[in-house]
Amino acid sequence: MRFDVLLAGVGGQGVLSLAAIVTEAARAEGMHVKQAEVHGMAQRGGSVQATVRISSDPIESELVSHGVVDMILGLEPLEALRYVDYLASGSGLITAADPYENILDYPPLDTVHEQVRLLGGHLIDASRLAREAGSPRSSNVVMVGSASTLAPLPAAAFEAAIRRAFSSKGERVVEANIRAFRLGREALTPAQG
Amino acid sequence: MTQTLGQVETARMFLGDEAVAVAAIDSGVGAVYSYPGTPATEIMQTVLDLAPPGVAAAWTANEKTAYEAALGASMVGQRALVAMKHVGLNVAADPFINSALVAIRGGLVVAVADDPGMHSSQNEQDSRVLADFARTICLEPASSQEAYDMTREAFEVSERFEVPVLLRLVTRIAHGRSSVTTGIPEALRPATKGASPADWTLLPGNARRLWRSLLDRQGDMVDWSEQHATLQLSEDDRGFGVITTGIARNHYLESVPGLGFTPSHLHLGAYPIPVNAVRRLADCVDRILVIEEGYPFVERALSGLLPTRWAVLGRRTGSLPPDGELTPDTVRTALGLPTRPRITLGDFDLPGRPPQLCKGCPHHDSFAAVLAALEGLGESVVTADIGCYTLGALPPYEAIESCVCMGASIGMARGASDAGLRPALAVIGDSTFLHSGVTPLMDAVAADTDMTVLILDNDTVAMTGQQRTLLPGTRLEPLITGLGVHPDHLHVVEITTTKVGELAALLRREMAHEGLSVIVAVKECVEALKNRRKGKS
Repeated sequence: MRFDVLLAGVGGQGVLSLAAIVTEAARAEGMHVKQAEVHGMAQRGGSVQATVRISSDPIESELVSHGVVDMILGLEPLEALRYVDYLASGSGLITAADPYENILDYPPLDTVHEQVRLLGGHLIDASRLAREAGSPRSSNVVMVGSASTLAPLPAAAFEAAIRRAFSSKGERVVEANIRAFRLGREALTPAQG
Repeated sequence: MTQTLGQVETARMFLGDEAVAVAAIDSGVGAVYSYPGTPATEIMQTVLDLAPPGVAAAWTANEKTAYEAALGASMVGQRALVAMKHVGLNVAADPFINSALVAIRGGLVVAVADDPGMHSSQNEQDSRVLADFARTICLEPASSQEAYDMTREAFEVSERFEVPVLLRLVTRIAHGRSSVTTGIPEALRPATKGASPADWTLLPGNARRLWRSLLDRQGDMVDWSEQHATLQLSEDDRGFGVITTGIARNHYLESVPGLGFTPSHLHLGAYPIPVNAVRRLADCVDRILVIEEGYPFVERALSGLLPTRWAVLGRRTGSLPPDGELTPDTVRTALGLPTRPRITLGDFDLPGRPPQLCKGCPHHDSFAAVLAALEGLGESVVTADIGCYTLGALPPYEAIESCVCMGASIGMARGASDAGLRPALAVIGDSTFLHSGVTPLMDAVAADTDMTVLILDNDTVAMTGQQRTLLPGTRLEPLITGLGVHPDHLHVVEITTTKVGELAALLRREMAHEGLSVIVAVKECVEALKNRRKGKS
């Protein structure tokens, strides 16, 4: 089993902490993991991406290849689209629907969303679900929840990683983030029956 | 990443930078010095987080002073680590190259993180070349685990061969996270006298002897690299061979299963280049592809100037791109494998999103003032420097005209002014000023150059993650006065959105003054302020 994830967003949105949760979930399941991050100037309000490679066998390259990534997880829809040339056809494109508009030539949002849908991607109303969870700042965790439906790891592994990531902030914050994770997960789980 | 030190534990996920730091601590390092620079910053950050009491660990003014402090610790018998980004080694080149001649006592490891692809740098120079230039040993890890193991080994071989050892990381190793099993820690050693002054005083008589001694050790160093644990030679295909170094191995192995045959393969992780290993590979093939991150260092050593019976392929021959970071895709192409199909966005126009100044960043106001001050002046030159404020080159400000190396803004403004192009304005941050701006300002004082220096004092090394500046802002004024800048033409002012007009008027006035002037525009970095309020720093 091999599963490559590319996480995309804007500097300051929390791409690295999101990658850390995915990595921790995989590591705790006994998987081989390689994570690549970008720090420094590239982080200042510009495009940021990180990759997490998960495998049951040892992993060679730190970097993912074009045309083979199993999932793009976007914290922002335009940024998710930026890396579709890495995606294997028929693979998962999941992104928060909310735009981060800090450039003058940001395209009309409906055209961005339409592109995501044309590629068979999923738009998650992350900020609304985070508010619903009682934790408006947890939209990244909502996105972990949605991503977990496609990842070859049990939901419990993600929940444990989220608990560890937020444990220093107290039980209330932990529980709000678990709710955010579950709402994100339900958003991509087909209804029963 | 949190853990307790001092016992062997199961594998943990480390950045390559973190692995270097933990390995240095496990090696009983007594002194660690660094100047922040992507992608090396996290080495020192981790040391500061984890170092046990008794370890001297500090950010320094620049990489040269960091190196010299580490060298002093080594002279008195302690193990020492100095960490920097690749261009930092240019600043520290003087102590690095000269210290290869002295009889190193406590192991001295120079961890240098190269940035191929220039993710956060002004060039993509290859530090292996500088290790070779210094005639010393270089280790090139291919994973976080190797970063840990090689750091520990580097201290040992530094002591064995009595040379500083360069540990060469690249961005994807420095900032790649993978699992590391740590080893048994060693104890910190006390400082001891014992270095022979004749082995540390590079007067010509001593230096000639020590240089000859270093050259005499080259053969032993090659014997060591021939036996290195990371060296792997597999003799498979009789025509085609591949040499990989460091991280290139990982990209190469990613593609091997798709090849349908197995090339003969030599992997290197330690330099000087192991000559016999290369010859053994060459004996069984007639075409050799060299895959290495950075310059065609091994490739050039193989092909030289004269024709050989081997075809040597790589970055020089166009098999791999001559510049930029290696990727599994470029390596795949070099091996002759077809490009995989890629999804495209059709005619959807995806705008770029370059990095930009943060909302509320005081540099917005400073650049607005610079533009207002220059308006209608006709010819002027604005040199600038390295930091977040280099983004002032991009829209909407496009206010600066140069960024070359740390501190260059001040020296370049002086040269432009001497050449007759005025007003000449140098824009530099507080940390960059302390790093390499003080000495060129001394030159400008001595010559009373007709130029203006604008120091953007945000009290922070912002771009690398808000480290504290070496001296607080309050110490800048006495420092600059002490250099001899006339108090009438030194101004320390606060910059805010409502004070843009005031700063513009002041700049205008001082640029009109026929002599040297310095303006310090003070306002704390907005991100540092946020973090401080959160209690992080």
